[in-house]
Amino acid sequence: MMRFILPLVIFLVLSSFLYVGLSLDPREVPSPLIGRTAPAFSLPLLQDSNKQFSSQDMKGQVWLLNVWASWCTACKDEHPVLMDLAQRNIVPILGLNYKDKREEGEAVLRKSGDPYMLTVFDADGKIGFDYGVYGVPETYVIDRQGVIRDKVIGAVNPQNLRERILPLVEELKKK
Amino acid sequence: MKRFLSILLLVLPVFAIADEARDMADNPVIERRMINLAEKVRCLVCQSENVASSRSDWSNDVRQIMRDKMIAGASDQEIMDLLVERFGKSVLFDPPVDKETIPLWGGPFVLLLLGVGVLLFQLRRRRAIVTEPSLTPEAAHQAAVLLEEEEGKS
Repeated sequence: MMRFILPLVIFLVLSSFLYVGLSLDPREVPSPLIGRTAPAFSLPLLQDSNKQFSSQDMKGQVWLLNVWASWCTACKDEHPVLMDLAQRNIVPILGLNYKDKREEGEAVLRKSGDPYMLTVFDADGKIGFDYGVYGVPETYVIDRQGVIRDKVIGAVNPQNLRERILPLVEELKKK
Repeated sequence: MKRFLSILLLVLPVFAIADEARDMADNPVIERRMINLAEKVRCLVCQSENVASSRSDWSNDVRQIMRDKMIAGASDQEIMDLLVERFGKSVLFDPPVDKETIPLWGGPFVLLLLGVGVLLFQLRRRRAIVTEPSLTPEAAHQAAVLLEEEEGKS
């Protein structure tokens, strides 16, 4: 009997390890910033370099910070999803144009639409570094107190929007 | 003209070097310190490479930040702490032993113990099989009789 059970147990253990291991994305490194206060920033707007925007102005609101760039291909995938979300008026999306060229970033928004409440311009990526950005796009869910509650690495798609981002936003809005 | 062209050709590679040089700090001591430190940091974009050898954009940025911080007088430890604070312990190739990383450090030993356990179990079972008398007295007697018969025939 043992002779059959042992290989079966080994097989089950191995396959469960593989199942979990292979479905994990090694690029998805858990952010230590979740549960911490979002780094404050004050940056010029993408479309108007004379105007500054400070993250302090978002206090009291639940909001999304979406890090994007014109050179990032996955950002093009998530763009229509963000456009759709913006139209539904559920949560303000703040754009952080990361290590981009001003004209090129502006051109993207002019050409394919602007889902952002406003976009700040982080030319040298200093603020991106503060937020622990290493892959673009990244999206942060930030609560009324200015605490980062979640971080989505990679494109926002209808699925993670529906199952992960929006339920959290609704929950945070109730508080 | 020919001479001018050949000089131009000789000079051409200099431009290639000039582009690379952008990556260097003016201070070779800082540069060496930075490379030493960067070797201990995982490139999060390329995962199994370290920041010192990676050519990714993200690693370039991290190296530049290390340089800036070093020039500003930060210690290696302060820079590492900053990186861990931003990107988590997974940026370290040699993470400290704590609650979060104990499976990482302890896992191999647990597996080793498990392996030794299985080995001991198997060895004990095998010994039990081997020490079983290979011949019962009756069988030995039977064999002796058969052998005698064989001898009697020849």
